[in-house]
Amino acid sequence: METHLSSKTKQIIISPDHPFVIIGERINPTRRKSLMESLAKSDFSIALEDARKQIAAGAHVLDVNAGVPGADEPKLLEGLARALAQTVDAPLCFDSANPAALTAALAAYEGKALINSTTGEEKMLNAVLPLAAKYRAAVIGVVTDDSGVPATPDARLAVARKIVQRAADHGMPREDIVIDCLALTVSADSLAGRVTLNTMRLVQQELGVNLSLGASNVSFGLPDRVAINAAYLALGIARGMCAAITDPTVPELATTIRACDLLMGRDEYAMRWIKAFRARKK
Amino acid sequence: MALLDDLRQGVIDGNAPGTTSLVKQALSEGTPAEKILNDGLISAMAEVGRLFEAGEYFVPEMLVAARAMKGGLELLRPALAAANVQAIGKVVIGTVQGDLHDIGKNLVAIMLEGAGFEIVDLGSDVSPQKFVDAVAAHKPQLVGMSALLTTTMPKMKTTLEALNAAGVRGNVKVMIGGAPVTEKYAMDIGADFYAPDASSAATRAKAAVQGR
Repeated sequence: METHLSSKTKQIIISPDHPFVIIGERINPTRRKSLMESLAKSDFSIALEDARKQIAAGAHVLDVNAGVPGADEPKLLEGLARALAQTVDAPLCFDSANPAALTAALAAYEGKALINSTTGEEKMLNAVLPLAAKYRAAVIGVVTDDSGVPATPDARLAVARKIVQRAADHGMPREDIVIDCLALTVSADSLAGRVTLNTMRLVQQELGVNLSLGASNVSFGLPDRVAINAAYLALGIARGMCAAITDPTVPELATTIRACDLLMGRDEYAMRWIKAFRARKK
Repeated sequence: MALLDDLRQGVIDGNAPGTTSLVKQALSEGTPAEKILNDGLISAMAEVGRLFEAGEYFVPEMLVAARAMKGGLELLRPALAAANVQAIGKVVIGTVQGDLHDIGKNLVAIMLEGAGFEIVDLGSDVSPQKFVDAVAAHKPQLVGMSALLTTTMPKMKTTLEALNAAGVRGNVKVMIGGAPVTEKYAMDIGADFYAPDASSAATRAKAAVQGR
């Protein structure tokens, strides 16, 4: 199954048969004071610099979050979408829970965007899926619902099933749903990592949809986070995950992903691995 | 007292069985419950908070320390009640509507409990109405709100407005925190104070109820 995303000039395919897709997470003002302050003034310079750096480091798609307290999110997200589309050729992933902001950004965007995200909550499904269908965008479906975060892989699979079904009801092709099995931090529950990995396997087997993951939460509250995140990416990739929202500017993560692509048979003659190695040595 | 030092260390180390047996022993030796609470449990959690703030302790270590503290506190409760020892204040706490993140909020609740507060934890994804109802029902001195997302942070303002509209805002001090939250945002929406982390939340909450 192939999920196609595109900007005006570039297409990216999310699929187990294609190189892993890195969705760069850095254009998000949460915990980033300088970005937040610049966005509050509608100054996109830091965001554009983040975009360039992430793409140079291997990002294929850019997550764009314009959640600045007190700001006009629809206007800001649309402005960011336009500015980014002029500057970089990577497709964009609009990160908002505000339907008005998503609408503004999707309407302005020339290409096929990814929406981050809907959950299995009725309110979210009813707000996000019609937008995705109308603007022919793909959607990340996070496996929580009105009762919260399901504790077991089976319960999470049920939410994924519901999201896929509801998307079909809106006429969306199944490949335009990418399921996020939800990584909670292992610092609060040491079984959290395993539940997510087991969910990935179930969703892959039963629904066959592509899997993505917000892959940086898992290590929150722990030391040596990069090593945990890198291991988690590798474990997820082994279970069929083919995209992740992560930070490619962390060299260990980008390297782990490239190594996984090679080991999963997605890097013919190891050409990308070798090229990245040479680039690093310079 | 050596026994209370051991108890304090047991909590800091997250040794739950050790903590309960030392609390039992201290009680059976006639140590006043309030002294066990203050010099053992509260003092230990203050140290755990300090270690966390300094980056020496990590989230799981705080959680196991909290588990030990809670076990000890359960044992101590009847004795505290018998001696008529009051909590230093009551806090209603929750993560705002639409937001499922509860770790930060849980850590704050732990530190507040460890500082001697009584906690009413409303959990995560708490609607403004639920905050209003809890304030009316429990009559706390403090309300704590957490939000981890830029997209859910505006619910703090909505919740404050609901507290105002219900006429219960004047009776409580409101503290807020969470990754996207800033001191400025707290002031902008009319909260009483902001806390950047769990340990300072406890310090500031204590100062707030003691009028400092």
